Amino acid sequence: MSRAFIPKVVTANALIEGDVVYLTADDRWSRDLAEAELINDPAHADLRLLEAERRGGEIVGAYLADMAPGANGPEPRHFREDFRRTGPSNYFHGKQEECA
Amino acid sequence: MYQYNDFDRAFLASRNDQFRDQVQRRIDGSLTEDEFRPLRLMNGLYLQLHAYMLRVAIPYGTLNSAKMRQLGMIAERWDRGYGHFTTRQNIQYNWPKLSEVPDILDALAEVGMHAIQTSGNTIRNVTADHFAGAAADEIADPRPVAELIRQWSTDHPEFQFLPRKFKIGVTGSPNDRAVVKSHDIGLRMIRNDAGEPGFEVLVGGGLGRTPMIAKVVRAFLPRADLLPYLEAIVGVYNLLGRRDNKYKARVKITVHENGIDKIRAMVEEEFLKRKPLFSGVDQEVLGDIEAQFAPPAFKSAPIDAFDAAYAADPVFRDWCDTNLAEHKAPGYAIASISLKKHGATPGDASAEQMRVMADLAEQFGHDELRISHEQNVVLPHIHKSDLPAVHAALKSADLATANIGLISDIIACPGMDYCSLATARAIPVAQEIAERFKALKLEHDIGPLKLKISGCINACGHHHVGHIGILGLDRAGVENYQITLGGNHTEDAVIGERMGPGFAYDEVTDAIERIIRTYLAERSSPAETFLDTYRRIGTAPFKAALYDKETVDA
Ligand code: SF4
Repeated sequence: MSRAFIPKVVTANALIEGDVVYLTADDRWSRDLAEAELINDPAHADLRLLEAERRGGEIVGAYLADMAPGANGPEPRHFREDFRRTGPSNYFHGKQEECA
Repeated sequence: MYQYNDFDRAFLASRNDQFRDQVQRRIDGSLTEDEFRPLRLMNGLYLQLHAYMLRVAIPYGTLNSAKMRQLGMIAERWDRGYGHFTTRQNIQYNWPKLSEVPDILDALAEVGMHAIQTSGNTIRNVTADHFAGAAADEIADPRPVAELIRQWSTDHPEFQFLPRKFKIGVTGSPNDRAVVKSHDIGLRMIRNDAGEPGFEVLVGGGLGRTPMIAKVVRAFLPRADLLPYLEAIVGVYNLLGRRDNKYKARVKITVHENGIDKIRAMVEEEFLKRKPLFSGVDQEVLGDIEAQFAPPAFKSAPIDAFDAAYAADPVFRDWCDTNLAEHKAPGYAIASISLKKHGATPGDASAEQMRVMADLAEQFGHDELRISHEQNVVLPHIHKSDLPAVHAALKSADLATANIGLISDIIACPGMDYCSLATARAIPVAQEIAERFKALKLEHDIGPLKLKISGCINACGHHHVGHIGILGLDRAGVENYQITLGGNHTEDAVIGERMGPGFAYDEVTDAIERIIRTYLAERSSPAETFLDTYRRIGTAPFKAALYDKETVDA
């Protein structure tokens, strides 16, 4: 039996600003991880990644990132994704500044 | 310093036009990312964790006031008001927008700067001693040779697709401040027994996954043979270097796998073929370049004002004792400006700070600035009578931290706060260690100490050659920091020794404090440096302090 599927989100960087973005269920690119579509099925994950990769005019480098379900949407399972969600720790720069 | 000629300007203008067009075609959808990526990397534009990053070359770390001012202007207009100076004497902008990068490149070209070959498997920006042209211990200024190498290597048709990136460092001084032994090629300017100037040529140095100290491939190379000999080395590497495995592609592995004797024989043979192809034009060019690096007209003036300020003002005195180095001209000093204020990000300078440093260089410093591989800025030529005014201006710009060469003068790479290759953070670790030793008021007592931090095995933070090195890793999804001791970046370069298992993010600063307390307890006298104590007593007392729980706080 295959191992339990770890839920995923599709994430990438915005083409112009480079901001970290997430694919939502209604096909928007959101800068807010809470809005991301949490994908629980491997076949659906592959499909969503393919769809994301076709949108090269909006984003760069789409990939599937492991997430855990949380009270406010997907939560990163690895610190790298946690830093990507927020921005650098030495300055209040990037999208954390713009969303404030 | 070297001024661009018509050829340089035309070359840059056409490259920038080309890239503007490529960016436009990426944005309008005519180029895919796969097509565009190599093009942007050729122009120094990376995509990092949170944004693009533009890496701008500062050849051999030399700037004048106009360039520094323009770097500040760019930071303010197109970035977040600051820039990050790196261990390769470059500057990185962390927040450029793709659509605005062509404008940034045009602004750089206005002052004769670019981002070409700051990425890719090419010959990268040539680095040099940051005290070049000023140091009292210097045989000759290495920068004319570094500029010659820059011109030769920029857009060199044979060397655009090397097996891997290729870095050259030059020093004109027996005391190596340019870490030449960790470069793919290191050049040390020396004189032979007859007194003729030349180079000791080292090859195959490098840090990263497999750290290696460079080996001597030619003990004495006459000055005039430099370019044919460099071409012979890079040519041999270009054919022999491995392209099957990225981790074995650097020339250090080529040297390691083939042996220095075989490499030397191949290089010498290649050199004999290439040498006749050099007609001597390179030496004429070098002559022209040298004229542009003529030493400034040093003034002579009384230094009473300096002596008076030194006697009267303890803050000024402290800064002088820590941040000044000996200059070759009487009455002058080399002033290092620390970009390591306790708790700040190592190597970062704001646009306003860049303007202040540019103004000081223009007003007091013969219009010269340097970026050091230790991520600080240097005013290489300051007459001592001007030092009180320089210090006062630095103080009001928050640039007068007196910690050059001390434990808080930490090299830290961007790590996981910016870099997409990182396995852990480096900046906050540096910030916390600097704050800790400031609070303990111990750093002057500790004395000379090189602490270097990298956020992954690529070792941009030079951790292998730090007296104390810290390497951030990802151990099963948690940040973990390995500590090495006893590394050295100078002419006696040594790779540090790993102490044992790593430490969690919130344990690192305590671990460093235990190492330092061990040193303070063990040193034979306050004059014995950390490195000397380590060499004398070995690893055991430090390992005990780090891992033997019984002895902690005993
Ligand atoms: S050492 Fe690693 S984390 Fe640090 S800048 Fe280099 S590649 Fe990035």
